[in-house]
Order: sequence, then C-alpha cells, then structure tokens
Amino acid sequence: MKNKLSRLTIPYVIWMALFVVAPIIMVVIYAFSSADGGFTLSNFAKMGTYAVVFTRSFKLAIIATIICLLIGYPVSYIMSKEGPRFQRIAMVLIMLPMWMNFLLRTYSWMSILENNGLLNQLFQKIGLIALYNNIFGTDIQFFRMINTQGAVVLGMVYNYLPFMILPIYSVIVKMDNSLIEAARDLGANTFNVFRRVILPLSLPGVLSGITMVFVPSVSTFAISKMLGGGTELLLGDLIEQQFLGGAYNPQLGAAISLVMMIIVVICMVVMNRFGEGEEQAVMM
Amino acid sequence: MKKTLALAMMMVTILTLNACGGNSSKDRVVNVCSWGEYIDESLIDQFEEETGIKVNYQTAESNEALYSLLKTGAGDYDVIVPSDYMIGRLIAEDMLAELNYDNIPNYALIDDQYKNLSYDPDSKYTVPYTWGTLGIIYNTTMVDEEITSWDAMFDEKYAGQVLMIRNSRDALAAALLDLGYDINTTDEAQIREAYELLSAAKNNGVYQAFVMDEIFQKMEGGNAAIAMYYAGDYLTMLETNEDLRYVVPDEGSNWFVDAMCVLKNAQHKEEAEEWINFIAGTDANLANMDYIWYASPNKEALEQYPAYYEETYGEELDQENFEIMAAPADVLDRCTLYENLPAETLMLYNDLWTELGI
Repeated sequence: MKNKLSRLTIPYVIWMALFVVAPIIMVVIYAFSSADGGFTLSNFAKMGTYAVVFTRSFKLAIIATIICLLIGYPVSYIMSKEGPRFQRIAMVLIMLPMWMNFLLRTYSWMSILENNGLLNQLFQKIGLIALYNNIFGTDIQFFRMINTQGAVVLGMVYNYLPFMILPIYSVIVKMDNSLIEAARDLGANTFNVFRRVILPLSLPGVLSGITMVFVPSVSTFAISKMLGGGTELLLGDLIEQQFLGGAYNPQLGAAISLVMMIIVVICMVVMNRFGEGEEQAVMM
Repeated sequence: MKKTLALAMMMVTILTLNACGGNSSKDRVVNVCSWGEYIDESLIDQFEEETGIKVNYQTAESNEALYSLLKTGAGDYDVIVPSDYMIGRLIAEDMLAELNYDNIPNYALIDDQYKNLSYDPDSKYTVPYTWGTLGIIYNTTMVDEEITSWDAMFDEKYAGQVLMIRNSRDALAAALLDLGYDINTTDEAQIREAYELLSAAKNNGVYQAFVMDEIFQKMEGGNAAIAMYYAGDYLTMLETNEDLRYVVPDEGSNWFVDAMCVLKNAQHKEEAEEWINFIAGTDANLANMDYIWYASPNKEALEQYPAYYEETYGEELDQENFEIMAAPADVLDRCTLYENLPAETLMLYNDLWTELGI
C-alpha cells in the first residue's frame, strides 16, 4: 500500500528535479565560470565590495519580518478565538489584497507615498505639515516618505503580511483547547498559559511564517525598485541588474545569488535549531 | 484509480498536441519587442486586420535590458527597435539579419539624413523608427532659474529633487558632457571621472531616485523638480503637467535614432519585413508621432505633421513643441550620436554601474 501511494509523488519528484534542482546546479556552474566558459573564482573575489548591499538587504528583511510577526501573531491569535463567521470574514479580508497583482499593489503605494502624493496632499490639507513647521521651525513642503528604506520595509510588510498570518493562524486554530484548560487547572495564570503552552505549540507556525516572509523580502527587487527609488540597491536589484539591467554579467549574478542562498540557508538552519531548542527547554 | 490517471494523461497529451498543431500551421505571427509607451496601439490592430498576421507586442525597459533578454535567450523576437549604439553592438556580434529592402518599399520614404549612419554605414540591417534628443526636463514651479547646463543634474542645491536615468549609457553621458568630454570616449580616466561626479552626487543625496518609465508618474505629479529623459516623452508629460520645460543643454547632448531590425534567428522574417514596411509608411508614422511624440524619420510624415495635428485637434501645433520633438539643425549640431563602444569600455561601464548602486 505504501509503495503504491508513493508512486503518486513521482510527478512532483520529476518537477523538482527539472525546476528546482537543475536550476540550482546551473546557478552553481555559472557562478564558477568566466565569461568564456572556463573555471574561475573571480566572480567571488569582489563579493566583499557588495557587503554593504548584503547587510542592507538582510537588515531590511529582518525588520520587515519582525514587524510582520508583531502584527501577525496577535491578529492570528485573536482571530482564532472568535466565532467561525468572524474568522471567515477576517480571512477574506486578509486574502483580498492578494487577488490583485503584486506589482500593481506596489505601484499604487508609489502614488500614495510620493512627495506630492495622496498622503502628503492629505497632510497639507489638514494642516499637519504647517503644524510640523510651526513646532520645529522648519520649512518643509512635504514629508519625505518614498525612496526611503522605510518605504521599502512598508512595501515588504504590506505584501508579505498574509504569509505570516496564515501559517500562525492555522496552527493556533487547531490547538487542543483542553491543553489550555489543563494548564489553568494546574494554576497557571493567563501570561503563563500563553508563554508555556500556547506559544510553544504555535512555534511551528511562527517559524514557517518567518521563513515565508523573510525569504521573499531578502531577495525582492520590485519593491525596492519602485518604493526605494533604486538609490539604495538591495540584493535582488543587484542580481537583476546582472541579468536584465544595465550591467550584463550573468556569472557575477549567479555568484551573488549563490552566496545569498547559502546565507539564507544558514539563517534558516540556525533559526530552526533555535526553535527546537526553545520547544525542548519549555518542555523541560 | 489507474483508469482515471490514464484518462487524465490522455487528455493532457491531446491538449498539448492540439496546442502544438495550432502554432505550426498557417497562422502568421510576428513577435515585436519595443519600448514602453512607444507605439500607437491601434496600429497593431490595423496591421492585424490588413494582413491577418498576429502581432505579439512586448516591451523592454532599456537597450541594456533588451540586450540581456536576447543574450539569455529569454526573448524570442523577430523585430526589435534598439537605439543606434546597441544596433552597432548587435551587428558587431552578428545577431542581426540583413534586410531585403525589396520587401520594404516604404524605406524610400525615409529621409536620407537618417540613412547610412555610423551604426549601419551601408544600410543593410535597419529601418529608422524614430529619432530625437536627450535633455533635461524641469518643473518651473520648483526651479527658479532657467536651466541650460548639465550641472543641474549634479547640483547639491537640488538635493532630493533630481531623478537620474536608470541606464548606464545615458547617465554617464550626462556626466561626461558636464565635464566637457566626448560621450563616445574610450579614455578610462575620463569615464572614471564622470563616474566620480555621478557617485558624489548620489552620495550627497542629489538623486531622489533612479528611474526609467516611472518618470512619467513622478514628473507629471510634481513629485520631482529635475530629470533627464527623451524629448518625445517630455511632450507626453507636458500633456498632463503644463509646468514642465525641456532643454537640450548648452554643453550638447545625445541625439539618437531608434531603428527596426530583424534578428538573425528570427522565425518569421517575412512577416517581420511586412511589419517594418507597414510601420515605415507615412500614415503609420503620422499616427505614431501623434501618439508618442517622437519625431518620424519619414520625410513626408514629418512635413505633414503640423497640418495633420491641426486637422485632428482643430488647433495649431505649438511651434516650440514641434521643435522639441524634431530638433532643428542648430540644436542637432551640438548633439552627438552614440557609437558602439569597444568591449573593454563596455565592461568598465558595467562595473561602474554596478558599483554606483552600492
């Protein structure tokens, strides 16, 4: 029986070999080749000069992930405690923006955040900018929001928040309520119930949420191009530039991608270890 | 279970077979890759109706992006519309097919001024599509002086108000011109000096952003004061925001020709030439000029355009705007065509451009 069922995975194994494993092998080959096809390490030689971009990308992605977690966890928790009707509506509202194209959503943030955009016009109308100028003795016409790192983080949070909420929610909603009751019976107060029962049990959801927000954030290029204005390049931009942008150098692009992948994998392994350790520590 | 699977497999097979059959039969197709906002799209419908050839129209962001698409094999195009210097490079790398001008009778309508230019000296590969100048666009409500120099693109006075162009050739050209160098220089020291100028301006916060097509939204909405872009696109922006001005700086600038070419590995060469001939015609050029505001190399169309405009809109064409679109001789005199650069210089451009981003 087991053998028969495992045959059903064949399509996916083929899929994975063709579209996941093979491309990674190609990335590795490219990363170690020179423009004329020979073996070289020179693509990695200049990696140090891109350290700034690496740091910037990881910093912004980490910030975005933390914000997503801080917003997403309470929402998922509260949602799961409400009635089924509320849960359904909330779920639709969370998913709703994702029915629209990702680029379109980000593009509309551009017109909201521009120097002369919707938000700044609103601030102007309600006198917020005049008030600010009065208090601080400045003479600004607008708040600078677009083309900043803040705007990029906002774009990441806006686009990837659902990926944090959904896994956490699905773990919490399936949690056995009798465990919580048992904890209370044994005299735990609300804080302790949360810290020692709910939190550890929801950790798998949190971990997959973090992965699903962090990985696309660290490699994004559309968001930083549109909301960051391209003055502060992220890793995704740097890589895109080598393939499709102003500088054509796929070997260098592959090398940067490879280094990025390795760092992301290390992050994930460390985080998962940390997660396991946490679970065990709490259990003890 | 097995039966269902077999059935599903069969259906998939049939569907794929059908799809393949459909493509390879008599359907005539031409794959075109051009720039964004660069054609009157009703021309595509018109061509499809007249000839029965289906047009797959795609766009690329810049010459460099187009080159990458071609190199990685991601783009499967027949007709492309690169600029002069990129055409030179594609010819040098043997990527373009020689055209059969017998199939393109409308080529005769192209003004001799735009034939046999440096990128295609014997006119074997190209049919010019548009031409124009590169210059500075500024918003008069945000800039008090009259801008006449490339200095404005690097001036700290306008910190946070300037939009730099997101392609290496044009961005470095602005810096080279500002320093008084030739835009086709291969002197590494000069190019590095130009890079230093750009990089210093970037580090001093002069640039609000690096943009290509995003420029429309930003300049039209009054979100930035100064930018550099192409004359035709300025006229499009002017339709939405009347406070904008365009200038070809005193130091000179680049004038460009974008021309239609057919790729060497094109699958539909015949259809491609039919498309090129259609687009090179006077009616298509008039419609295009009216829509995209780039000057036509078709002599007849350019001469007829003011009358065409008056007839269509019932008002006279602003002479000043017409001269921005089709720069007069005295402006063109201080402009230079880009030339294809040698491989080492291109490599330097790539490296510097990547470095600038960091």
